[in-house]
Amino acid sequence: MPSLLQVSNLQTHYVSFGGARVVKAVDRVSFTLEEGETLGMVGESGCGKTTTCLSIVGLLPAGAQIVGGRIDYAGQDLAAMSQSEMRRVRGAQIAMILQDPMASLNPLFSIYRQVAEPAFYHRALRGRSLGARVRELLNAVRIPSPAMRMREYPHQMSGGMRQRIVGAIALAGGPRLIIADEPTTNLDVTIQAQYLDLLKELQEQTGVAIIFVTHNLGIVARMCDKLAVMYAGKIVEAGSVRELFNTPKHPYTKALLGSMPKLGSKEKLSAIPGQPPDLATLPPGCAFHPRCPEALPRCAIDTPAEFAVGPQRTARCWLAEPQIADIPGELHAAAAGN
Amino acid sequence: MPPLLEIEGLTKHFPVTTAVFPRKKVAWVKAVDGIDFSINPAETPGVIGESGCGKTTTSKLILLQESPTAGTIRFDGQDISGLSGAGLMRYRREVQVVFQDPYSSLSPRMRVSEIIAEPLQIHTNMTRQQQQERVAEVLDLVGLRPEVARLFPHEFSGGQRQRVAIARALVTDTRLIVLDEPVSALDVSIRAQIMNQLEELQERLGVSYLFIGHDLATVAHISHRIAVMYLGQIVELAEALELCHRPLHPYTNALFTAALPAHPDDKHEKLALSGEVPSALAPPPGCRFHPRCPKAMARCAIEAPVRKEVDPGHSVRCHLY
Repeated sequence: MPSLLQVSNLQTHYVSFGGARVVKAVDRVSFTLEEGETLGMVGESGCGKTTTCLSIVGLLPAGAQIVGGRIDYAGQDLAAMSQSEMRRVRGAQIAMILQDPMASLNPLFSIYRQVAEPAFYHRALRGRSLGARVRELLNAVRIPSPAMRMREYPHQMSGGMRQRIVGAIALAGGPRLIIADEPTTNLDVTIQAQYLDLLKELQEQTGVAIIFVTHNLGIVARMCDKLAVMYAGKIVEAGSVRELFNTPKHPYTKALLGSMPKLGSKEKLSAIPGQPPDLATLPPGCAFHPRCPEALPRCAIDTPAEFAVGPQRTARCWLAEPQIADIPGELHAAAAGN
Repeated sequence: MPPLLEIEGLTKHFPVTTAVFPRKKVAWVKAVDGIDFSINPAETPGVIGESGCGKTTTSKLILLQESPTAGTIRFDGQDISGLSGAGLMRYRREVQVVFQDPYSSLSPRMRVSEIIAEPLQIHTNMTRQQQQERVAEVLDLVGLRPEVARLFPHEFSGGQRQRVAIARALVTDTRLIVLDEPVSALDVSIRAQIMNQLEELQERLGVSYLFIGHDLATVAHISHRIAVMYLGQIVELAEALELCHRPLHPYTNALFTAALPAHPDDKHEKLALSGEVPSALAPPPGCRFHPRCPKAMARCAIEAPVRKEVDPGHSVRCHLY
């Protein structure tokens, strides 16, 4: 059975100054997502995780364009679709939850109108059945007394409730994939825990697949099945969450896990020295090598290719290179160069 | 050793007024309601709580940005509300602050050298030469090269800006720095750098921190003791590790349940806590936590619990103990 979403060699560039400056925000990113699965995408700010998601839903800002690769979703290539075709996919097939619920809700429209919109356009619901659907959705995201609340406006809701309403809007069109871009960053810890439990429950009920964009590995540990670690526009390591937490292969993944404070331990954190690189002026070779504690001389020259380090597991690091003596060195260089 | 800073019965109520005219006070927001707390030299107490629990108001009271409704803050045994003239200058010199967002807390029009030297111009009579030497010294302390003194804040990344803010806080032989969520706005890898840097500076300089945060793991990592705040009150206070291993108050327990796991195999209990933090405008009668508390008893709705010491250094405000 084909995967629900298969992104292969996706390249999205920001082009400015008439092509004089090209920022490779997403550089040959590939991953797959099955029905009902949860993929975590972690990385520091500016590593390209949000641009990857915006490429999938076709909402790239002006100046950014997909220059290569495919985004296969349920048999269609989203990267080749026109805007009007994408409108029929967004909301109906793929929904997005953004970080700031206040900015993603319109303050002038009632909750009813905003939750009803995707069901109106994509599910062709009208009148009484539309009202029933909105109540059902608000019930599903645990808004108390939905019949009354749906006549209210976003400013009358607390932060946690607003984010739950954004969740209801995402579900309204009956999508098979939800992309959640740091949905809990602005929420308090207990509200965050409630929201994550709720998302998990909704996923079990509806079987929707979720891409979780976050910089918080704790959220990944709780929510996700698979994990893709991004650094400087590339996926540097990908695999199942458990395997990546137990045996990280890429030094960046190791460093990220080491810099997470653990409850009840006073162990010194292993910080990553230096700063994340500027995507416009990337270092040659592996982009992580200036900060890498295990860097080899060749890391500064050759860009490592994506090596398979296990079933469904890849790492973009020379240390993960399979040790097969009879492959001549030139072949590696060729693999790295393209 | 006597504590550096002692807080007793500290209370801050903000009036809620009607429209501009006639202006009447109709209610009070009890932002901070009777907290007792102390900070020892070279120690880091942490304050943890959700938004609206009064942690930022507490820091403002300590920094003299607000005056308390009741209660006292003593620094070096002296009540700070009575300070004036030279005494007040000394207090402002020795107590400094680092804010959450280094993008808005540093003036974009000033060079780093001017930002860091400004407290020196106000509080010392150093010559320009001496000031610049001191700036280079603190830049070195926070791990920045002295050449960066010429640059403007926009030329730095978030982590470097936060280092500049820490350097500015350290420049006047500071004894207490209030850290108001200093790492929340930073990237994960940079967070660990700044936390390690703060711990190292404390070892070298013996400065005290008041670390305010909402992320349990971060606060527990850097703090020696932790005060858990809920709706303007400290509901539990204990040594950091003691609190992690034996949280007593149901709210502290809920915070630990809500904390994210460090590993996918960590067991996950469902959060028993329902609802959201009530408004500080009308805190519930009795124990302020009882409407959300999974272990509430009939008594909790009527009688407010007092803070009891259940073990040396571990006190909790709950009828269960």
